[in-house]
Amino acid sequence: MIWFERLLAIAAKEARQLGRDRVTFGMIIGVPVLQMLLFGYAINFDVRDVDAAVLDQSRTSLSRQLVGDLQATQVLRVVGEAGSERELQKMMQRGDARVGIVIAPDLERRLFEGDRPAVQLLVDGSQPSLEDLAQGLGSMPVLQRTGAGAAGPPHFEIRTEYNPARRTAVQIVPALIGTILTMTMVIFTSGAIVRERERGNLELLITTPVTRGQLLAGKLLPYVLIGLIQTTLILAVGRLLFGVPMAGRLVDLYLGALVFIAAALALGLFISTIAQTQFQAFQMAFVTMLPSILLSGFMFPFEGMPAFAQGIAQVLPLTHFNEIIRGITLRGATLADMHVPLLKLVVFLAVMLSLAAARFRKRLD
Amino acid sequence: MSVAISARGLLRQFGKVVAVAGIDLDVPRAQIYGFLGPNGSGKSTTIRMLCGLLVPTKGTVSVLGYEVPREAETVRRKLGYMTQRFSLWDDLTVTENLDFMCRIYGLDRATRRERMADRIRDYDLAGFAKQRAGTLSGGERQRLALAAATLHDPELLLLDEPTSAVDPQNRRDFWENLFALVARGTTILVSTHYMDEAERCHRLAILDLGHIAAEGEPQQLARDIDATVIEIECADLTAVRRVLATVPAVRSMAQLGNRLHVLVHRELAEPERELRAALAGQCADARVEKVGATLEDVFVAATILRKAGGVERAA
Repeated sequence: MIWFERLLAIAAKEARQLGRDRVTFGMIIGVPVLQMLLFGYAINFDVRDVDAAVLDQSRTSLSRQLVGDLQATQVLRVVGEAGSERELQKMMQRGDARVGIVIAPDLERRLFEGDRPAVQLLVDGSQPSLEDLAQGLGSMPVLQRTGAGAAGPPHFEIRTEYNPARRTAVQIVPALIGTILTMTMVIFTSGAIVRERERGNLELLITTPVTRGQLLAGKLLPYVLIGLIQTTLILAVGRLLFGVPMAGRLVDLYLGALVFIAAALALGLFISTIAQTQFQAFQMAFVTMLPSILLSGFMFPFEGMPAFAQGIAQVLPLTHFNEIIRGITLRGATLADMHVPLLKLVVFLAVMLSLAAARFRKRLD
Repeated sequence: MSVAISARGLLRQFGKVVAVAGIDLDVPRAQIYGFLGPNGSGKSTTIRMLCGLLVPTKGTVSVLGYEVPREAETVRRKLGYMTQRFSLWDDLTVTENLDFMCRIYGLDRATRRERMADRIRDYDLAGFAKQRAGTLSGGERQRLALAAATLHDPELLLLDEPTSAVDPQNRRDFWENLFALVARGTTILVSTHYMDEAERCHRLAILDLGHIAAEGEPQQLARDIDATVIEIECADLTAVRRVLATVPAVRSMAQLGNRLHVLVHRELAEPERELRAALAGQCADARVEKVGATLEDVFVAATILRKAGGVERAA
């Protein structure tokens, strides 16, 4: 049992140091929450309250009602009225308005005849995702209906148009678990061993009877716990703030997360056997992080990438974890259903651990 | 005389640089054995090879009867090592550091409590047991490091320049502690670049550029020095130096206040007379006297002379 006691001694020491390192400890809790708020709110294709200017050349009760309906969708917020087409263009050029609503003088006749558009929407093409918005607004029934009295209530349907966008946000939050775990796990573990090497602690440690396995496992143990805490934190915030559903079983999710945490830690460990300084370790961790975030299907659809990028993505553990986590949380899959990406994660874990163990020696040369 | 460490033809290269150039070493048990040498003379590299941290490029090492590095893991249970840098954890308290090291050495709860209490008392650590190691002074850290290195009652202690960051009083106390350990049968190998520390060792190896330049008991080394030591007192030492620089028999000069310490070829039959004669023109009233060699003279004779092929005139 001495074997296990030594491992625990290392783990306890590591946890104690971690608890005293307020900045790092703050990062462990702060980073997930901050990322969640940042990604959850900022990466949101559910566009709202876009500033709009109105050029109402008709000035009838119908045109006023139309503008009122558009505002009621909450997609647009009328911030000003233009007296002329030139004034409207100036307002858009200055960025005061992102959308211009031009209502024709003969609005009622055009609506009645239905052969020419009655309302023109000018959209600022320099802003992402506003194009979609125009498409959505364009299909607003009131603008297409040919009959009179068209200003009926079915403009709520616009919200339906934007549902796919809302689903994207929901999709991002589960994937954030993997992204945040990658950041913290890889960076913290890669630093953990290098820090002791830099401070000279390692030279002392490796002249004691402690074994490689005890040393490495003991160092990783606290981080496994931290990873699980972070997972819980993200799930809770996702649920409370963003209403992210949980279609599958929590047990499956935590088991999947455990394998992924181990894989990320193994990668960090491997980095720590190469890096000589904490700065080098940080840089290397960063090099693995960027492709993880960009290529794992976290933000951009995997299918849209060239074969070369897909090949890289296959090597990244985050790709497979995102697959697993989306399956479990959104599609209600079980871990058994996700055995293919899970197996790939296990392979990654095994390879990284062997590499790290092979490189880590209880020697200085 | 039983031997704790024995090395034969120990050689270590880093790339093209030869750090330790094939040395033979026999360290007797229950003594303090010193490595004296300047920075870069191979002291740390040798110590690291002895505890298995570095693998020798060539040569064999036996520590406490075990072959290193093959049986390094066995040796490590009986060995205490103090690195040149303070290598305990700055963000842990004195007690936490000691407790951690006890656990690493696999001591059970009762032994742990007893040893920690002993070391805290012996090394005068009670006053800051709850203080973090990072806030301790140089001398306090040194005592903590020695306490940690001896928790498991090692048979052999390897100390790599343990006192380089410690004031003289603390150094004295530190050495008292070392002698107390030796009295209990511990073998200590200590590297230093302080002459006064080297003088305290039972035996000494002077290391220079990876070679052992001289080896033996300090007094013996002083007696066997390969030079005659002459001390010169004179008002104008600068002039004396200028003159002596032209005398072939003079191998080294070093000024100590208003005296000049001169190493002269041993073969010179009457060195005092020769030097007086040489100085007659410049400094007729010079007092020239033969004195006993200090360890520093031994060190200079063994290192600088060898390097310069016999003639060195330190300005």
